[in-house]
Amino acid sequence: MNTLHTITVIINGQSYEREVEPRLLLSDFIRHEIGLTGTHVGCEHGVCGACTILFDDEPVRSCIMFAVQANGHTIMTIEGLTPDASEENLHPLQASFREAHGLQCGFCTGGFLMTLLPFLQENPNPSEQDIREAISGNICRCTGYQHIVDAVKIAAAKMEGQ
Amino acid sequence: MKPPPFEYFAPTTLDDALDYMADYGDEAKPLAGGQSLIPTMNFRLAQPEVLVDLNGLAELAYIRPAAGGGVSIGAMTRQRSVERSPLVAEQAPLIHETMPYIAHPQIRNRGTFGGNLAHTDPASELPAVATALNARFRAQSRSGQRWLTADEFFVDLFTTALEPEELLVEIVIPPLPAQTGYAFREISRRHGDYALVGVAATVTLDNNGRCEAARLVYLSVGDKPVEAVQATAALIGQKLTAEAIDDAAEIAAAQDIDPPGDIHASVTYRRHLAKVLAKQVLAKATARAKQE
Ligand SMILES: Cc1cc2nc3c(=O)[nH]c(=O)nc-3n(C[C@H](O)[C@H](O)[C@H](O)COP(=O)(O)OP(=O)(O)OC[C@H]3O[C@@H](n4cnc5c(N)ncnc54)[C@H](O)[C@@H]3O)c2cc1C
Ligand code: FES
Ligand code: FES
Repeated sequence: MNTLHTITVIINGQSYEREVEPRLLLSDFIRHEIGLTGTHVGCEHGVCGACTILFDDEPVRSCIMFAVQANGHTIMTIEGLTPDASEENLHPLQASFREAHGLQCGFCTGGFLMTLLPFLQENPNPSEQDIREAISGNICRCTGYQHIVDAVKIAAAKMEGQ
Repeated sequence: MKPPPFEYFAPTTLDDALDYMADYGDEAKPLAGGQSLIPTMNFRLAQPEVLVDLNGLAELAYIRPAAGGGVSIGAMTRQRSVERSPLVAEQAPLIHETMPYIAHPQIRNRGTFGGNLAHTDPASELPAVATALNARFRAQSRSGQRWLTADEFFVDLFTTALEPEELLVEIVIPPLPAQTGYAFREISRRHGDYALVGVAATVTLDNNGRCEAARLVYLSVGDKPVEAVQATAALIGQKLTAEAIDDAAEIAAAQDIDPPGDIHASVTYRRHLAKVLAKQVLAKATARAKQE
């Protein structure tokens, strides 16, 4: 029990090698071992979506995966959207959320953005129905979702122009 | 909300995985997508001493034509891959239509086809659909393999016929017979939530346009998939008019099922949904059978 496993993971383009207990959740690994606290933890059983990351380019819940399972895989977290963390270089999705007031407390936002990034890449012209379905696995307690949907529409327009 | 400690193995071949299952038996649990197992471990409702991670078994992730027609799906195929597979859409259109009802894209990216069936949640869509389609399940252990029908495979609430050392390795969906239509519907509070009631139907017509065979299988109304046998018996040999379908739906909701009541839906409401949904799926399956 508790045998440590050595894992190598690429997160936001950088390679990390760490020793982990098998029971360490991937969300806790990202937050506590790597220090990337933009990945939030709301429910820890897969229902809220706050901990969504890209795992080999697909959005998944990091709270219902073990860190040891990420060995040899590639991850992108919310911090990867604007690598230099500068306001001028905000990703169009981030800029649209700011424009449309798509966030209030911001706790859910990282999870929404990591869900929406691949969604918009696959669906450059989503309908409102498509958008609502795409975010059905992410819970926001503040906005009532309308401004999030508005933000996604703006983002789709911005990203198409790119 | 943190899982208890466990020993972790990540085999890269099925043989190695089966060895671990045989060596650790009752203490071990296979880890597929983890989308049901890890939440229950986080809650400490499950405390397996050993996890055998199946995610390295590329040999169990495939979708291919089955020998006698239909489609064979490896247990470790992601739900998302099944949803997107043109072969599944063509050979098992009812499965294709049902996949988007399962949870959310983030869950389907990780959750597996086999893990969903092995979990046997009574609110899960796939066990009911697999039952309606006469799916066959291949179980394997170090000492050999066996095939099970859906009726044999789904035993009870969260319980399959798998032995502790056995793995579900493959699911075969046979082709639909000629002049057969199909449909699936469910009602849930939000898109992606577990259904309050759901139902899958297949209808086969004979050359005179009468019902030759029909299946109507519910989820979320019992401990495992519940087949409405009295309702479908009443349809055999009938012209599937709106009245005949209404009568069958009434029998299904009133006699075939004994749904639970809870904070999400009362018994009366579940019966009501069961009837409305049965009408819809039988009508749609019939219309599709006529087009065949
Ligand atoms: C928020 C949320 C919403 C969801 N909504 C739905 C929904 O609407 N409908 C639905 O159907 N599901 C839903 N799910 C569950 C999801 O579909 C799971 O992916 C699925 O139930 C389990 O598949 P898995 O591959 O993740 O298996 P795991 O969680 O890894 O395993 C589940 C169980 O099956 C066993 N097992 C797995 N694979 C095998 C195998 N090959 N042989 C033997 N035993 C095996 C495991 O030991 C474990 O006991 C939801 C999950 C979440 C977190
Ligand atoms: S914290 Fe992972 S889904 Fe809620
Ligand atoms: S902005 Fe507060 S939870 Fe979404």
